[in-house]
Amino acid sequence: MASMISEMLSYPFLVRAFIVGSLVALCCALLGVSLVLKGFSMIGDGLSHVSFGAMTVAMALNVTPLPFALPIVVFAAFCLLKVQNNSKIKGDSAIALISSSALAIGLMAASLTTGLNSDVYSYMFGSILSMQKSDVILSVSLSVLVLFLFVFCYHKIFAITFDESFAKASGIPVFGFNMLLAFLSAVTIVLGMRMMGAMLISSLILFPCLISRQLFQNFLGVTICSGVLSFISFTIGMILSYQFDAPVSASIVLVNLFFLLFFMAIQKFIIIRSINKGYVAK
Amino acid sequence: MTLLTCNDMTIGYEDQIVLSHLNFAVEEGDYISILGENGSGKSTLIKTLLGLTRPLSGNFSFAKGLSQKDIGYLPQQTITQRDFPASVFEIVLSGFLGKKGWHPFYTKREKEIALSHMKEMHIEALSKKNYRNLSGGQQQRVLLARALCAADRLFVLDEPVTGLDPAAQSELYDLILHLNRKYHMTILMISHDIAAAARYSNKILHLEDNTYFYGTLTEYKTSDLYQNWKGEM
Repeated sequence: MASMISEMLSYPFLVRAFIVGSLVALCCALLGVSLVLKGFSMIGDGLSHVSFGAMTVAMALNVTPLPFALPIVVFAAFCLLKVQNNSKIKGDSAIALISSSALAIGLMAASLTTGLNSDVYSYMFGSILSMQKSDVILSVSLSVLVLFLFVFCYHKIFAITFDESFAKASGIPVFGFNMLLAFLSAVTIVLGMRMMGAMLISSLILFPCLISRQLFQNFLGVTICSGVLSFISFTIGMILSYQFDAPVSASIVLVNLFFLLFFMAIQKFIIIRSINKGYVAK
Repeated sequence: MTLLTCNDMTIGYEDQIVLSHLNFAVEEGDYISILGENGSGKSTLIKTLLGLTRPLSGNFSFAKGLSQKDIGYLPQQTITQRDFPASVFEIVLSGFLGKKGWHPFYTKREKEIALSHMKEMHIEALSKKNYRNLSGGQQQRVLLARALCAADRLFVLDEPVTGLDPAAQSELYDLILHLNRKYHMTILMISHDIAAAARYSNKILHLEDNTYFYGTLTEYKTSDLYQNWKGEM
């Protein structure tokens, strides 16, 4: 085991992938707690499709993908949040609309120019080879920012997630915080998308929060557990994918799925046992 | 002492007027029930007073030393909230956030105050419990304790008893009355329940079809609005 890990770390591209991936997994999990509990979990999915569209258009135009996609996805994130607060268009249908349109634009742009080559495939399903040195720098600064936000504004994030009306009434800049969360989610998704794939990146937002909810009864517990668990499942997924020569994104998602089912089963078991005990006591 | 005055205020959304030329004054220690059909502007009025939307014309003003941040607000529950993984203590403490500015952590003093408010609401034993596992009445008492952390003079409550069983309803009404009597807390409460409003409040604001009644309970009981309602019973 140890020798395999040291073997893995001897490849510079794997080291880069590990640094970027684990930091992205951590950021996704923390931001995901707020998004999922607010009922905005589909935003991650929408943004990943938009970044797929933007990346493939960038490829078709032969410009550097990351600086091209970033502002587009950030803009899309702001729009999606706005739509969520607007009762005229239903939030979930708006997200579905934006997702499929972005996907269609991306596919069209690619097939008219380069064709559906391996780059398009890796934007779709992720690739371990795609992480550059610039991604490492960006992901380190992103996660410092996210961690800073969650440590120093933790209570405000809690208040906004739990009860937006009350938070607004007590003078917390709810709009500003929502925009900041949307911005950070957008950057996280653009960064992580090339490794995890547009189809699978939103699982990093969803799973950790859903798993932690099974285990913890308070917000602090759920938040910390999400971060830690996301890191652990990323690491396990990465090792498994190296060992079995499997796609890294799929391995990580399946490890997460395993954890979710495992803890759900334990939960069920505990409930059934306590009910049975209750009958015996009566 | 007058805590809040509305001067010829017109409220609504964007260009839709819900209620126009509203004039009323809230005195310290008042227990005011805001009655009216759905869409009569009860929620819009409260949102305006809390600063969540602006009045279309006219204005309102608070007494010296009081501002929007000092209102203890008890909003209606949302669907996501009922299933939210948070402990009772976490929620109660979040009442302090409005006053704290950018200070990131709660002080020991704030934790002590929060605990004493929880005692007042009879929920100190639930401190570590998960909010989603509480009964509806307990959840409302948690939110009341949070509002107590945020404010000590003026409470704004948006249909606090909706969805509670009769026993929990009267328990919550009693707690609110207790705050009003013992701490001289001024209460502004949206309600559907005219009978309860007549039992507990000293003043009534009844909104209907772009007009309104505002006055003491005795005046209200002689008004057409009240007589109509009695007639329907």
